[in-house]
Amino acid sequence: MSVNEKKDWTPTIVAFCCNWCSYAGADLAGSGRMSYPANVKIIRIPCSCRLNPMFVLRAFQRGADGVILCGCHPGDCHYSTGNYYARRRMTLLFSMLDYLGIERSRTRVEWVSAAEGAKFAATMNDFAKTITELGENKKLGDLRCKE
Amino acid sequence: MILERVRALMSEGVADRVLGWEAGESAYDRTPAFFNSENLDNLKYDSFCGCNVSKYLVAEMPKEGKIIALIKPCDSYSLNQLCTEHRVNREKVFALGVGCRGKIDVEKLRAMGVKGITDIAEDGDMLKVTTLYGEKTVARRDALLDKCLCCKGKEHKGVDEVIGESEETTVGDKFGMVAKLEAMTPDERFAFWRSELSKCIRCNACRNVCPACSCVKCVFDNPNTGVANKAAADDFEENMFHIIRAFHVAGRCTDCGECSRVCPQGIPLHLLNRKFIKDINELYGDYQAGEEIGQRHPVIDFTKADAEPSVVHQRGGAKA
Repeated sequence: MSVNEKKDWTPTIVAFCCNWCSYAGADLAGSGRMSYPANVKIIRIPCSCRLNPMFVLRAFQRGADGVILCGCHPGDCHYSTGNYYARRRMTLLFSMLDYLGIERSRTRVEWVSAAEGAKFAATMNDFAKTITELGENKKLGDLRCKE
Repeated sequence: MILERVRALMSEGVADRVLGWEAGESAYDRTPAFFNSENLDNLKYDSFCGCNVSKYLVAEMPKEGKIIALIKPCDSYSLNQLCTEHRVNREKVFALGVGCRGKIDVEKLRAMGVKGITDIAEDGDMLKVTTLYGEKTVARRDALLDKCLCCKGKEHKGVDEVIGESEETTVGDKFGMVAKLEAMTPDERFAFWRSELSKCIRCNACRNVCPACSCVKCVFDNPNTGVANKAAADDFEENMFHIIRAFHVAGRCTDCGECSRVCPQGIPLHLLNRKFIKDINELYGDYQAGEEIGQRHPVIDFTKADAEPSVVHQRGGAKA
């Protein structure tokens, strides 16, 4: 685990949030005035199983230091079973990324319901802390996408 | 023997064409080919027919008539998988199982220092190699294709008829190398894969040969993906291509080993596929794609009690 030495660096985190739960959860966190890092970029997806593995790779390519997927709790999917499929897919994808040398802590899946604003904020704070400790993502970044 | 049986089947009217192998340019070169009753004499089957021909059936499906396909034990898994995915209509194929004792990899002979090969003859467990510099004798098992070292067994799965004897040629553990990589630190793993994947010349051979990779329209044919550029501008493209290629066949890959066999750069691509197979076996129960027609593979299936993705963090191997 590489330790972040640059004090002024803040990680970029991409959070893919399911429209029916976590996205509303993020709203609740906001209206409840709970704080979570501003560098969490939320991308709304219609269901956690909409997350194409390519999206995760693209996020890393374009400078994300960590990618998190938030979906409805298993059993609560708006479309009945979407998150069950997402769960298997992301387990395999993240395991593969780890196998290729992308630290496993850079990827995460959390189940956050629309009522769990506090959990959303806590998850994002914790994830941002992990990524800050890990440091910048150099392994899957693309030079051409640097600012 | 195979030729006679194929002729007999054709004269019975079972099929009007045959999918097998013909001699290529050199003595050890075998190319997949279709035959009809006129050029059937060119059909060859020997220890150099390592190529898995099942994917060639996909393009034949819109045509009329039935095909006799020569299928080795490991190819039968690919054929079943293609039938499961409705890419091949099993009713239009007469699968003739042919015996296999493991296939020879000429590259392995070259790596042993046997150069200028003009002819290779088999003599039991030995190979008599004629080269420009004289004769050499090599043990057959030292020159087997890598995929034959992880043989799926001598049994043909779901073929119509079997001719000839097969032998199992497994040496060692199929997941040995995957486990070794898993035990490394992330930086070591990254360095390993960078040294392998940076050799990729994006020739698409791995994609085109793969029997599981049978989509007509491929995500990588989209010029916007950036993976089809003249030269790789960045290592991201190579990583993405290989991750996505392996992911798209996860659960459907029969571990036929063709991707690594055809790679002109010698990248061990099967290690990516085997990682998925190992994960699937460990997390969702042992699964062998293509064992029978009509299986539902684990990546399009789920149970309510599945492991959470955080299992990736908890499992063994190096800490990150």
